[in-house]
Amino acid sequence: MFALEPLLETFQTGSGFWNPIIWVVAIIVAFLIAVILRGFGNKEYKKKTGQTQSFLSGNPEYEKEQMHIKSSNIYWGFTESLKWVFDSLKKMHTGNVSDYALWFVIVMAILFIVLIMGENLVGAI
Amino acid sequence: MNVADLIDLLLQHSPALIVAVPLLGAFITPLISRLNDKVRNIFVILTLGLTASLVFLLASDVFTGNIHTYIFGSQDLALPVVRILFEVDAMSAFMAIISVILSLVAVIYSWSFMKENTGLDKYYTLILLMTAGMLGMELTGDLFNFFVFLEITSISSAALVAFWTNKAKSVEAGFKYIVISTIGALFILFSVAMFYGQYNALNMAMIASAIQYTFLDKIALVLLIAALAMKAGVVPMHMWLPDAYGKAPSSVTLILVGTTQASLYGVFRVCFTIYGGAINLSSISVGWILVILGIITMLLGVAMAIIQTDFKRLIAFGAVAEIGYMLLGIGTGLVVMLNPEMTATGLAAMKGGIFHIMNDALDVGLLFLVAGAIYYATKETSLNKLGGLARNMKYTTVFFIIGLLAVSGMPPMNGFASKLLIYESTYQLNPILSIIAILSSIMLLAVFVKVFHSAFLGPALPKFENVKEVPKSMLIAMGAIATIIIIFGLFPELIINNIVEPAANALVNYGGYVREVIPSFTGGV
Amino acid sequence: MIFNIPFIAVAALILIGLYAVIFKRNLIKMVIGITLIESGVNLFLITLGYREGSIAPIYTSSPGGIMALPVPQALTLTSIVIGVAVLALMLSLVIHIYRHYGTLDVRKMGGPEE
Repeated sequence: MFALEPLLETFQTGSGFWNPIIWVVAIIVAFLIAVILRGFGNKEYKKKTGQTQSFLSGNPEYEKEQMHIKSSNIYWGFTESLKWVFDSLKKMHTGNVSDYALWFVIVMAILFIVLIMGENLVGAI
Repeated sequence: MNVADLIDLLLQHSPALIVAVPLLGAFITPLISRLNDKVRNIFVILTLGLTASLVFLLASDVFTGNIHTYIFGSQDLALPVVRILFEVDAMSAFMAIISVILSLVAVIYSWSFMKENTGLDKYYTLILLMTAGMLGMELTGDLFNFFVFLEITSISSAALVAFWTNKAKSVEAGFKYIVISTIGALFILFSVAMFYGQYNALNMAMIASAIQYTFLDKIALVLLIAALAMKAGVVPMHMWLPDAYGKAPSSVTLILVGTTQASLYGVFRVCFTIYGGAINLSSISVGWILVILGIITMLLGVAMAIIQTDFKRLIAFGAVAEIGYMLLGIGTGLVVMLNPEMTATGLAAMKGGIFHIMNDALDVGLLFLVAGAIYYATKETSLNKLGGLARNMKYTTVFFIIGLLAVSGMPPMNGFASKLLIYESTYQLNPILSIIAILSSIMLLAVFVKVFHSAFLGPALPKFENVKEVPKSMLIAMGAIATIIIIFGLFPELIINNIVEPAANALVNYGGYVREVIPSFTGGV
Repeated sequence: MIFNIPFIAVAALILIGLYAVIFKRNLIKMVIGITLIESGVNLFLITLGYREGSIAPIYTSSPGGIMALPVPQALTLTSIVIGVAVLALMLSLVIHIYRHYGTLDVRKMGGPEE
């Protein structure tokens, strides 16, 4: 129906190129290699013995609700070490609609100063 | 008359029909919904399907280089201000395609998602009104008409955000949204009045041909950029966006993404077309202002997204960060527009920014639909209470993986294609911009991997024993968007040459836009 | 126009309206503030159409002379209608909020998610 050539073109950015078809072919080849390597392994295991239970370095397994890491606790190290950034951000988002209008007026004033007063200063220099 | 004549007639009247068909459908919907619910759903889908086919028909002609105009009023172009002009160039057609695809998918999704709610006739009426308002905002060539359609869109979307009136937070989010929208729209009207007072014209092309960069014009530029950027969710005026996106029904959030991008389109129309001849006279570059706003938006959006625990609020902050990419790309194009050595860089940056508008609407839209599907199945919105859902909802998991890869710019999805263009072209301008853009992409990947782990991976929780897969219409809607994402990702060159490049050229070439209305206009790129 | 009083009134109305939206805690006072901003912008639109010594722009049995511009008056009518619709929507949302929270103080509403 339409030519195959435009579908397979690479697209040029200013300084490089990117062809997704070649990438997909490469990923499929890598996937096939991984599957073939997996096929060389041992296929048999005994069910319902110790081979299928989860191993937690010898610790006892609690009930499922407590084992799942909640989303507030993921990235705890990252958020704790940058606590000053995230606390000031949380304080900025108050939920108060008057503060939203205040930010609008502040941004308008800053843009005003930059565009209009800045133009006079640059023109004077 | 034969089919070719009919198609020509439709093409000639299509700018008016595209806005009139959803508007008429919105007024007929309450009458039809008295008959039967299924008939009303099919009628709404047929109306939006007709609008979509008209948009594609118009776009296929506009992308080859013609600009379509449609005049409501006096045909004699010498008389001033006695007509309203719709002017459709490639950028308007691009945005119209995005809006109509989002509306159609949202209505298909809400067939099952909203089935148990009452008051659905008002819901569908408001969705059709919102679509008509969005399409009118993107097709019009007249500034006051832009304001009227902006208000139509914000009133109907505020009523839809507050649709679940039994929840306190939804009504409060709707109130915040309408207050912020109205303040922004009133300042836009103030600037329109300033333009009218100076030039006695409300038409965008006439103002562009007559503009001199006086002091009042500078005030009008500041007001327009600030108000339209607030409606588009640019930091630090973005705080209404997580509230409104997070508490609305998910199909409404999908169309809200379209309305914020229509306001972003307004920023570009103001900066490139109306002030096209006057931007060169300003010594402070407006492009650098857009670039700096884009950088702040990216960093702050991603930083706030990491610490959220509510599913839809997190995706909303991700949407805020993505708006930063669009501003960065198109701001770079504006900065280098005057420098004759770097026009290739500028054009590549603009293509990246404009392509990212469409990609972001699709990616973030797919993530919101997945969030809605999880809410429908489990009635939970907080990520702390979810877990292990991949066993029960297989298709939803696959769609979420596609959305995750696309939003963070991983190959081979469409997000990678547009972000690669933005990275490489902003590197030419200043390497630090490109580094910040790549960093926030990586942090977005971190944020969504966290969501994937908390909601889908993990042991099977006992309280989610009976959770089943979501109904078919929601799966069809999510599958449609996922298919479009994969197709755009695998064949980016096709899309960029045929759809994005005409839009970027039309935005830079404001002389062509003005010459449609005033044939004797000289000047312009 | 004596000493440009309408333009000063426009600036005063918009500033008082912004003050009411930003610094007042009652929701109804915020809605009144938005109405004030809208009245200011409408006044600005009408004032732009005034010419010195002009009469109302109606042709039937007019005594002749310069007429004020009719286009900004049409724009103002559209804006007033939009303002009425927005005001009705905002007030109905305030009624819903009062029924949920029992108070109209905006500082008690921005709390953590439910």
